Amino acid sequence: MKLGLVIDLDTCVGCHACAVACKQWNTSGTTGPLSDLEPYGAEPSGVWFNRIRHYEADVHPNSKTVNVPMSCMHCEDAACVTVCPTGASWKRDDGIVLVDQSKCMGCNLCAWACPYGARELDEDSGVMKKCTLCVDRIYDEQLPESQRQPVCVLTCPTSARMFGDFDDPESDVSRAVAERGGVAQMPELGYAPVNRYLPPREKPEVTVSDETRGESTAGGAAGLIGKWMKRQKDSFDRFGKRTGGES
Amino acid sequence: MHPALSVIFFTVTAGSGYGLLILLAFARPAGLLPDISPDQIVFTGLFGLVLVTAGLLSSTLHLANPRNAWRAFTRFRTSWLSREAVFAVAFYPLALAWLATEWFTGNTVASNLLGFLSAALAVIVFICTAMIYASLKTIRQWNTRLVPALFVLLALVVGALLLMCAGALSGLELGRLAVLAVILIVVTAILKFIYFKVIGAPAGPTMNSALNFTQASMRLLDVGHSGDTFHTREFGHQVARARLFWARIACFALAFALPVLALLISWPGDSGAKLAMTLLAALSAYLGVFVERWLFFAEARHVVNLYHGAQRT
Repeated sequence: MKLGLVIDLDTCVGCHACAVACKQWNTSGTTGPLSDLEPYGAEPSGVWFNRIRHYEADVHPNSKTVNVPMSCMHCEDAACVTVCPTGASWKRDDGIVLVDQSKCMGCNLCAWACPYGARELDEDSGVMKKCTLCVDRIYDEQLPESQRQPVCVLTCPTSARMFGDFDDPESDVSRAVAERGGVAQMPELGYAPVNRYLPPREKPEVTVSDETRGESTAGGAAGLIGKWMKRQKDSFDRFGKRTGGES
Repeated sequence: MHPALSVIFFTVTAGSGYGLLILLAFARPAGLLPDISPDQIVFTGLFGLVLVTAGLLSSTLHLANPRNAWRAFTRFRTSWLSREAVFAVAFYPLALAWLATEWFTGNTVASNLLGFLSAALAVIVFICTAMIYASLKTIRQWNTRLVPALFVLLALVVGALLLMCAGALSGLELGRLAVLAVILIVVTAILKFIYFKVIGAPAGPTMNSALNFTQASMRLLDVGHSGDTFHTREFGHQVARARLFWARIACFALAFALPVLALLISWPGDSGAKLAMTLLAALSAYLGVFVERWLFFAEARHVVNLYHGAQRT
């Protein structure tokens, strides 16, 4: 088994719902609490297993916003596990990388070894914390089968997150990666990250006519006013047509 | 990287102690200090152990949960930090056996042999310490073989000057030790200069490659958190370029230039002047290595910064 996540950068809208749901579930779960420092102060700070960052690709007028959620990649060759001196960091047979909080001494070395910023020290309890892939949900037979998924996947309003077994070529995650050309982040470091990111799809090119671009022959302020007048008239016409149709 | 004072003090102080003990083991057999007496070896050795112990105790201060520190001995097979812990503890009985044999039997095969073994283990301990940093592929300024070489060489530089102080206190002939100290300083300075050249060349992942968007420019619009995080505090620490430049100057001046100058000035002088100048040289080198270790952390750039908005590390 090689459990992990697929994140679709095409449909992620960057709403942070996955991060909030993650914090809510895990702060009261087996690895909780996800302590906050000064939660109501000027500079609130706390432990999150999942963080979403927002980037701009290319420059205007071709720019595109890309939202990139990042959590533990559950690497096959996880450096955070090998550098751990206490044995608190470990990797399960199903691929999930976990921290045994009763063994951690809070030396931060695993966080230094992780390229993805997946590990955060809980400064309140002095131990390292990280994404568990909701290990306390996905095997819980008390839950209906459809609910046995990481909470970030269940919450995502645009279904940009998928959970499954990458060892199974027929699983949803394996198929999505094959169809969409899913990629790993910083594979060159050699840690064999499991999570995959689906790149944004090629969008059909939008044909822009002179009219929609608003390039009338007249220039200057008079031209701008003319264009504005024309837009008002067009929308008024459309509005008239719509109400006329209904009555 | 955030330069934690406890870790800087640990690597510099314990390193000086190991450096002193390594050279002390060779002081008589290799003829560095041919006239050194067994009790002088024992007292100098105990001083080295005090330095090592002070450093190791300081290293536990950066642990967020030191109650579990004893567990650091359990992952010897994979973790350099665990190896360092095991060897550092194993060093004590060996070094104490060496000093005890020296105290009771004097210049014998046994005492010399135990000294060599202690020196070898000290080198191993300190290489393990350096490998904790050098094994991290996430920080290219650390992930180079120059790092363990420089850790050991800088420890030997301070150790040689401390051993000269011990010799000067007892009025011993310091000529050969001084030559060795100068050679060590020159070699280390050249290697440190090469290190600065190596880390100055652009290399490693960029924001584009880290995000797999390689066909267009990428820039951070929003990092997604309003306040500081563990990562911004631990990895985001950045020092102004001007300060780094002056710190490099201070590192070379204090660790290399001033000690050599002090040794040259004291050369034809009387024993009092020699003692004062060797003490000055050792103190200056210790401070210089302290600045060097601060720079080692301050100049290290973790790849997670690429996701936080840095274009390259």
